[in-house]
This record gives sequence, structure tokens and C-alpha cells, in this order.
Amino acid sequence: MSTREWLLTEQPASRRQARLGQSYRTWLAFRRNRLAMIGLGIVLALVAVALLAPFISPYNPIVGGDLRTERLLSPSWQHLLGTDDQARDILSRILHGSRITLLVVALVAVIATPIGLLVGTTAGYYGGWVDTVLMRLTDIFLAFPRLILALAFVAALGPGIENAIIAIAITSWPPYARLARAETLTIRNADHIDAIRLQGAHSARIIWGHVVPLCLSSVIVRVTLDMAGIILTAAGLGFLGLGAQPPQPEWGAMIAGGRRFILDHWWVATMPGLAIFVVSLGFNFLGDGLRDVLDPKAQK
Amino acid sequence: MPLIDITDLHVRFGPVHAVRGVSLSVTEGEAFGIVGESGSGKSTVLRAICGLAPTSAGSIRIDGQTLTAPRRPAFYRRAQMVFQDPYASLHPRHTVDKVLSEPLAIHGFSDREARVERALNDVGLGHGFRFRFPHQLSGGQRQRVAVARALILEPEILLLDEPTSALDASIQAEVLNLLDRLRSERGLTYILVSHDLAVVSHMCERLMVMQHGQAVEELARADLQAHRASQDYTRNLLAASEGFSRAAP
Repeated sequence: MSTREWLLTEQPASRRQARLGQSYRTWLAFRRNRLAMIGLGIVLALVAVALLAPFISPYNPIVGGDLRTERLLSPSWQHLLGTDDQARDILSRILHGSRITLLVVALVAVIATPIGLLVGTTAGYYGGWVDTVLMRLTDIFLAFPRLILALAFVAALGPGIENAIIAIAITSWPPYARLARAETLTIRNADHIDAIRLQGAHSARIIWGHVVPLCLSSVIVRVTLDMAGIILTAAGLGFLGLGAQPPQPEWGAMIAGGRRFILDHWWVATMPGLAIFVVSLGFNFLGDGLRDVLDPKAQK
Repeated sequence: MPLIDITDLHVRFGPVHAVRGVSLSVTEGEAFGIVGESGSGKSTVLRAICGLAPTSAGSIRIDGQTLTAPRRPAFYRRAQMVFQDPYASLHPRHTVDKVLSEPLAIHGFSDREARVERALNDVGLGHGFRFRFPHQLSGGQRQRVAVARALILEPEILLLDEPTSALDASIQAEVLNLLDRLRSERGLTYILVSHDLAVVSHMCERLMVMQHGQAVEELARADLQAHRASQDYTRNLLAASEGFSRAAP
């Protein structure tokens, strides 16, 4: 029996085989979507570059070359993407900057997704005053303009990439809570939830084991589609000087640094801008593809 | 003493008075049917027994003990329910194995593997079905899984909410025979809700007819088969169950 047959069998013989088979079917559906595969490729490339940055970047990203002869060089075979005003190789800085971008994206996803899921499913499952309290709290967070709240937060805690991440995370969970609550309301009265209630399960087990898995796919899709916005917010904070601090090679801060020479030395601001563009686009493609596969409502 | 004893049960959902003063008693090992049209409150009586619908007045006693709200864990080991629609009553992301072993985990059974295998065999599904997802099962197979889930805690009482009405006619008989066999093997007590008089007269020794949330009358199976009904509504229901007949010209 080939691996493929083993995965696709209608009669799995173990828990593991059933789970792997299910994942494999999802993967087969995902693979048919070409744009989603491009998105996945870009995201995987981002991860690979972030992991391998010190080995593949040709120059040091922090310490530049000779300030008299190597400042603001245009792209050439020596410096593929040119150098900036500190005589630093822009390619090396972009490669290292991918680490910061990936850190922002990963941490925001890890912080905001569970908060949103927990708040939304709890509010939707219990209803009544629990719902009212939690959703009004969500409304309050939703009413803050994201960038302004992030600005205030960074101003209070001091600039730096960690504070920017916290600020983005606490302003990005409310939409996930809303989404999870809406999904929970449609699931709450399903027969299979009544059935597990009749088996004597506690609310925590029902929410965690039965409601959350059904909300998870639409929340994952939403988070992936929001990644581009998160990257742009982080870059915006960096651009305003409130995110990553110099000399850290954060893409938004690099654009801010290149702003002064944008007419004479276009590559200094353009190259990190292109990097932001490509990665944001990759996450958007990936999110769209995941929606086609995971969200039953979007299926034709 | 009756095993299940309901006196003057009322259920209200906000302004809707779904059940208005229903009383019934079921002895151990009996199969009791509740018949009525859609919206007559027959399913609500079942849901009130297992605590899914709020009791606003009246009492439900099992073995002479009034049920508490919320129900105690011990209650769920005595009474279980099979739902109408097997397409909605199984979690779409859980395998049969997970569906069957979760109640065992909740109630702290240790020999889960053996019990899951036995439960599958009891409802006529072999080992090959154990790790399938609901979307890999037919309607009849799903309903068998639902029956296995209800029986895995070894309850004495099974509440059946139209267990065959979502199934094809050919599979209905299969599931009904399964339920019949399990009852005689284990001495189970059934309360079966249905709008199908044929199903009820096949399964139940006694039945109650409901309309607008009230009990119209109680009949024994022999009365039903001999068409000895005292109320007009029941006679209409019986006539309707004979099927369409062309009026004489």
C-alpha cells in the first residue's frame, strides 16, 4: 500500500492515521489553489531567510563600510541592492530585518488569537450578562484607533520593538473575539453540543473541545489576512520612530531613514518597501487560499 | 412504582407556553410513545426530562426522586438521549472513536478501549468504523453511532427524539430493529417521540397523544391497532396515518 493510499483510506486503523488522512485531504485541496501556493512559498521563504540570515547576508547589517567611499552606492554586483547613508549593505539589512518582521507577526498571532478566541467563545457560549460584559469590553478596545493606541502605549512604555508588539497585540484581538462569538452563536444550540452536555461535560470542556475547534478555522483565516495589516502597522511604528530603534534593521525604520534621499537615491527607501510589499502580499494570498480550504461557508 | 413519573409539567420559553400540564408515568422496561404534530411540545417533554429545556412548573421524578436543576452527573449515567438528526448530532471534526470515548473520559472509566469496541459491535458497526469521521458515514451509520454514544454509559433510560425521521425508509427499519433488540437484551426503558404512528405502534406498549402542549389521550398499543380512540383529534391522526384516500364521488 502506498503512502497516499494509506492516507486516503476510508477505514483508518488508528487515531494517528485518521488525523493525518484528514490533514492530507486538506493539503490536497489547498495545493490546487495556485495563488495560495505562491503565498505559502513567500511565507516559507520569509521563515527560511529569517532562520538563515547570518549565513546568507554578504555584509554586517549594523556596521557599515568605509563612510568616505561606500555611502549611498547604487545597486551593483558588489552591493546587489545598494548601500545606505551609513555605508551599510541594504540587502544584508533586509535579510536581517525579516527576523524582526517574523517576530512581530508570530508574537502578535500568538498573543492576540488565543485572547480573541477565549473572549469570543466564552461570551457566545454563556450568553446573558457574561456576553454583555465581554462584548462591551471588546467594543471599548475596538473603538480605539489602532495606531493612536499603539502610539500612546509606546509613549508610556518607551519606544522599542517589544512595546510595539504588545501595543499591536492588544489592539488586534477584538475582531477575532467578534468573529469567534458569531461562530459560537451558530454552534451553541447544535445537537452535538446538546449531546455532549447530556454526557455530563463541563462548560470548559465543551468550549475548549467542541466549540473552539469549529471556530478555529475562520479565526485562522482572519488572522492570516490580518498579517499584512500587522506588518504594515509595525512598519508604520518603525517609520514614526516608535518601533524598532536604530541601528536595528527594521523595514519601516529603514524606509524612514531613506526618506531624506528619496529623490537622489531611490533604492534606500524602495528596497525595504518592496520587501514589505512582497511579504504582505504573500500573507494575503495564503489567507485567501486557507479561506477556500478551511471555511465551509466560502466553498462553492 | 413507576421509573419515570412526570406530574403537571409546564415549560415556558419566554412568552411561548410550549408544554401545558403534561403528566405521564413509565414503568421499568416499558416503551412509551409520545405522538403529535410538529410544535405539539412532544420533543420539549423529552428535553425537559434531561434538563435541556427549563421546567417552569411541575415535577419530574425518577425512582421517586425529584430531579435537580442542573442535573447531577449520576443522572447522565441513568438516562441518555438519541437526537433526531444524525447529521447534526455528531461533531463534524471528531472521529467515531473520539465521540465514544469522551463520555467515558468524563465519567472516569478506565477500560475505555474495550468499551468503545464493544459499543461499536453492539450497534452492528465493526472495528473498521472506529476511526472514521462523520462525513465518511451514511445517515444510518451515523444514527448507529449516536445510539452507541447514548448506550456507552450503560443507562437504563433511553430518550428517543424521532430517531428515524431523518433517515430513508429502508434504513428506518434497520435502526428500529436495532433499538428493539437492544431493549430486549438490556431491559432498557424507552420514551419514544415520533409523529409516525406506525413507528410508535411497532415500538411502544403505550402511547400518549399530544396537541398544543397538552396531552389529548393515552392509549395502549391494542387500542391503537383496533382504532379505539376516544378523542376526535386522535381519530383524525389515525385516519391521516392510513394515507391518502380519494373521497367517494
